[in-house]
Amino acid sequence: MDRFIYLTFDGLSRGAVYAAFALALVLIWRAARIVNFAQGAMAVAAVYVAYSVTEKTGSYWLGFAAALVFGLLLGIAVEKAVMRFVDHSSPLNGVVVALGLVLVVQGVLGIVYGNEFRPVETPFARDAFQIGGIAVLSRYDVFVFAAVGAVVVALTVLFTRTSVGLRMRAAAFAPDVSRLLGVPVGGMLTLGWALAAAVGSLAGMLVVPTELGLNPNAMDVLFVSAFTAAVVGGLDSPIGAVTGGLVVGLLLSYVSGYLGATVAPMAVLALLVVVLLGRPGGLFSSSKARLA
Amino acid sequence: MSAPETGRLDRLDEPYRKKKPLLEVEGLTAGYGAAPVLHDVCLTVRPGEIVAVLGANGAGKTTLLRTLSGLVRADGGRIAFDGEDLRKVRVEQMVRLGIAHVPEGRGVVTELTVDENLRLGGLWRRDRADATRALSEVYDLFPALAQRRASAGHQLSGGERQMLALGRALIGRPRLLLLDEPSLGLAPRITAQILALLRDLRERTGLAVLLVEQNVRSALAIADEGIVLSLGRVVTRNSAADLRDDADLRHAYLGF
Repeated sequence: MDRFIYLTFDGLSRGAVYAAFALALVLIWRAARIVNFAQGAMAVAAVYVAYSVTEKTGSYWLGFAAALVFGLLLGIAVEKAVMRFVDHSSPLNGVVVALGLVLVVQGVLGIVYGNEFRPVETPFARDAFQIGGIAVLSRYDVFVFAAVGAVVVALTVLFTRTSVGLRMRAAAFAPDVSRLLGVPVGGMLTLGWALAAAVGSLAGMLVVPTELGLNPNAMDVLFVSAFTAAVVGGLDSPIGAVTGGLVVGLLLSYVSGYLGATVAPMAVLALLVVVLLGRPGGLFSSSKARLA
Repeated sequence: MSAPETGRLDRLDEPYRKKKPLLEVEGLTAGYGAAPVLHDVCLTVRPGEIVAVLGANGAGKTTLLRTLSGLVRADGGRIAFDGEDLRKVRVEQMVRLGIAHVPEGRGVVTELTVDENLRLGGLWRRDRADATRALSEVYDLFPALAQRRASAGHQLSGGERQMLALGRALIGRPRLLLLDEPSLGLAPRITAQILALLRDLRERTGLAVLLVEQNVRSALAIADEGIVLSLGRVVTRNSAADLRDDADLRHAYLGF
């Protein structure tokens, strides 16, 4: 039972990061109908920026802020300089371009920073509190939950309560109609990329310290889990992304805890296959709403 | 040039004749890619005037509206709206000039609620107070929509969608309404209501309407003037009354 509680908390804190990363994927999918396979590489680039800033200034928080701002700008740059010119007649085009971007970003990072693993600091201790003799959460885990929770709340408010959010949703669902109603559709798309890349950078900032360390490929494995989380939840659904993230986190934690870490990636794959067979649109897809 | 029969218009003594044209289209050529759909189209809409665009499927009626609002690029010709060259205006700006386009299939954003769809129609407006006022006017005009405020667009019936699309356009307080097949898929009673509403709006607000309609009888019943398109060319341009009475024309192009 102790082990189960430990694994549950561990799974939830991992899952929170997957959720944030899946949210980034969902944001771009909703805005542009592209699965941004470059999200991981872009996030790593932002973490490197944070690393450099923290090294220069000695402040974790300046680095943290720099990562988010850099993510935002990188999202804008990628949309305006690359994705805008992708022919969307075939969904594969965007995927291929995104994969190309992964190679470019990882190559550039390798040239600038080298390929060795660098240890990254965390703003809070990662020693877990003991409750009833069981290690449950560390201060850092609490920080992760709070940060991801804040993003979820902020995005929910943005999309459901503000006119910018309404414009973004309209532009994503019905670009021509939105333009006829005076919505600057191109601008909304850029904004979507910017937000998504910033959220992705946040996820990178949260997860990299808990893994082996900073490296140009640091997000590759995480991307697989986060992509699964997004698909499990339904690429169109922010709530689905969060739920999917937590489900994948728990699954990974239980499987590595009870069956061994080597089986975990297979469990993620199995989950993906089962969901795609049973509910191809994801658990939270509203099939009716997607007719248009 | 396929000369439109403009001669007979001069004999009409409607008050709109005296007004300066709101929309003037001359020699418009447009289409998708290499093959033009519209050839040398000319038409005029005056303030408060309802002009019906008639013709068979594939005649270019929808393309005409899409070209006017900038969704399709014009290849040649002149489009002037209140003296402004519309070919230089971006789609996003049309609504600010006072042009509302209710596209084919109505363009309700089915993922958004009724209220969100309507608010979307007023987001561009600087005058927030009037946008709010216009919203409540639309709810008064269409009580059915007020009851379904929180319903998603995809839950609405065809008639409700048409009311929503029309209401959303009215929130911008347009001077010219480009309306594409409002009767499509609607019961005759609802079509009649919507067309009656157009006439009422024209009387009250001086709204000008360019109305594309398959249902020729109903369209000519409310229109002041009609143009008939065939294979992308204007074959006839005349008063609605004369078009109704022109048996040859009806047989040749309008099928009744």
